[in-house]
Amino acid sequence: MGAATREDICSGALTPRASVPFGHFKDVHQAFAQSGRAPLVAIENITFDLQAGHLVTLLGPSGCGKTTFLKIVGGLLSASSGTIQINGRDVQEPQPDFGVVFQQANLMPWRTVLANVLFPMEILRRADAEAVRAAKQMLTLVGLAGFEHAYPSQLSGGMQQRVALCRALIHKPKLLLMDEPFGALDELTRMEMQDLLLDIRRKTGATVMFVTHSISEAVYISDAIVVFSRRPAVVADYINVDLPYPRASEMRYLPAFTALEHRAGRALGITR
Amino acid sequence: MTRGAIKNSLFPLLGVAVILVVWQLYTDVFAISRIVLPSPLDIFDACAANWDALLRQSWPTFSESVLGFLLAVVVGIPFAVCVASSRILNLTLYPILIATQSIPKVAIAPIILVWFGLGMQSKLVIAFLVAFFPIVVDTAAGIRATPPALLELARSLRASPLQIFLKIQFPAALPFIFAGAKVAVTLAVIGAVIGEFVGSVSGLGNLLLSANSQLDSALAWAALVWLSALGILLFAAVVVAERIVMPWSDAGHR
Repeated sequence: MGAATREDICSGALTPRASVPFGHFKDVHQAFAQSGRAPLVAIENITFDLQAGHLVTLLGPSGCGKTTFLKIVGGLLSASSGTIQINGRDVQEPQPDFGVVFQQANLMPWRTVLANVLFPMEILRRADAEAVRAAKQMLTLVGLAGFEHAYPSQLSGGMQQRVALCRALIHKPKLLLMDEPFGALDELTRMEMQDLLLDIRRKTGATVMFVTHSISEAVYISDAIVVFSRRPAVVADYINVDLPYPRASEMRYLPAFTALEHRAGRALGITR
Repeated sequence: MTRGAIKNSLFPLLGVAVILVVWQLYTDVFAISRIVLPSPLDIFDACAANWDALLRQSWPTFSESVLGFLLAVVVGIPFAVCVASSRILNLTLYPILIATQSIPKVAIAPIILVWFGLGMQSKLVIAFLVAFFPIVVDTAAGIRATPPALLELARSLRASPLQIFLKIQFPAALPFIFAGAKVAVTLAVIGAVIGEFVGSVSGLGNLLLSANSQLDSALAWAALVWLSALGILLFAAVVVAERIVMPWSDAGHR
C-alpha cells in the first residue's frame, strides 16, 4: 500500500519526529503474587513499538495476559518490570488523555445516552456546550442520532457498545485502548462494528490498541498484529498487515487476507 | 392507567371481596359475638360513626412514622456510606449495629418513653430505630455492589473520590436504597404504634388500646383498618418517589 494513504489516515496524529515511536514497550514483565505459592507470571517479556495513528491488535488465546498488558499500557496496573512509554512519557498511573472500551459496554443505567457519552468530560470538568455538540456529532457518526435521550436499557447490545465507543472518544484521547470490545456481540453486529471502528479511525486519526482473540478480526482491522503466546506471554510474532485501505468485507476472501490469517494461526500454534 | 394495569388491580380487589363476604357470612351464620369478631359491616359502621376521631388520631401516628422514617433516611444513608467506604469504620460499627438490631424494639420502648416522655418524641425515636436498620443495610449493600468496571472507568479518568461517590456509587446504590426505604417505611408505622401501646395520649395505637379496653371491638378493628391504610399510603409514597428519582428503572419495559 502507498505511503500517501498511510499519511492520509494518520493526518494530524503523527508526531513531528517520525523516528521516535508513539508507544514504546520494552521487556514488560508482570507477575502476580500468590499466597503460599510461586508468583504467577502472566507476562514473561513483551517488547514492541506502536506507531502513531496505527491500529495494533494484541492477539492471543484466552487468559494469556493480553488484557493485563492493555491495563498496564493504560496505567490501570503497574508492571513488575519493564519500560512503558507513550509519547515519550513513562506510564505509571491512569492517563486521563487515554480512552478505554471494555468487553461489556458498562454504561450507567441511570444516565441517558448523551449523558453517558459526556461522562469523561464531566470528570475532566470540560462538559460545556461545545462538548454537548461534539457528543451529538459523535452519536450521529455511529448512527445513534435521535437516541440521545434514551436510556441504555432501551438499546441493543451493539447500540450500547457504540455509545461506549463515543464515550471513549469524546475527550479526543491520544490513545484508544479496546479490550475485546466486540467480543460479546453477534457475528453480523461484530462485522458492522469493525467497519464502524475503521471509519471512525479514518475520521479521527486515533491511535488504537485493540485486544482480541479473533484472528479474522485482527487481520481485518489492524495495521499490525502482536501475537501473544500462551501464559507466560511473549511476543510469538509481529505481523505487519499491508492490506490496502479502505478495508471492505470482500477482502476477507483475498489470498493475501487468508495468508495473514494463516500466519497468525501458525504463531498461535493452532495451524501448521 | 393502561388496561393491563386495571386488570391487574382487579385480582387483589376480588381476593379482598371474597374474604369480606366469607367473613360476613361466617359471623352472621354462626352468630359470633361482636366483641370476639365484629363483622365487616360492623367495622364499616364503626369507621363511619367515628371517622372524625379516626382522622384526628391518624395525624399523630402519621407524623411520628413519617418523621421517624425521614430521620432514619437522613442519618442512615450517610452512616451506611461511612461504613461501606471505610474498612475500619465497617469493622468498628457494623457489629454494634447488628447487636443493637437484635434487641427487640418492644423491649426498649419503655426505656425510650422514660427518656423522651409520653408525647410524640418517644414514638418518633422508636419509629426511627426500627426504620434505621434496613436503610443502613441496603444502602451499604448498594454501595458495595457498584459494578467494578464503572469504578475502573472512573479510575482511568482519575476521578476524585467525591466524583466517584456522587456520579457512580450513589446512583448505583439508589435501587437498593429504595428497596430498604420500602421496608423501613412500613416498619416505621409499626414502631410508632409500639410506642403508642407502651404509653401515649394520642394516636391510632392509643385509640385501638382504649377501644379494646371498652370492649368496642368494632372500633379497634376500624383503627386497624386505618393503620393498614396508613402503611399502604406511605409505601405508595415511596414507590412514587422511586419513579420520580429513578426514571430509568422502568424505561426498558415501556
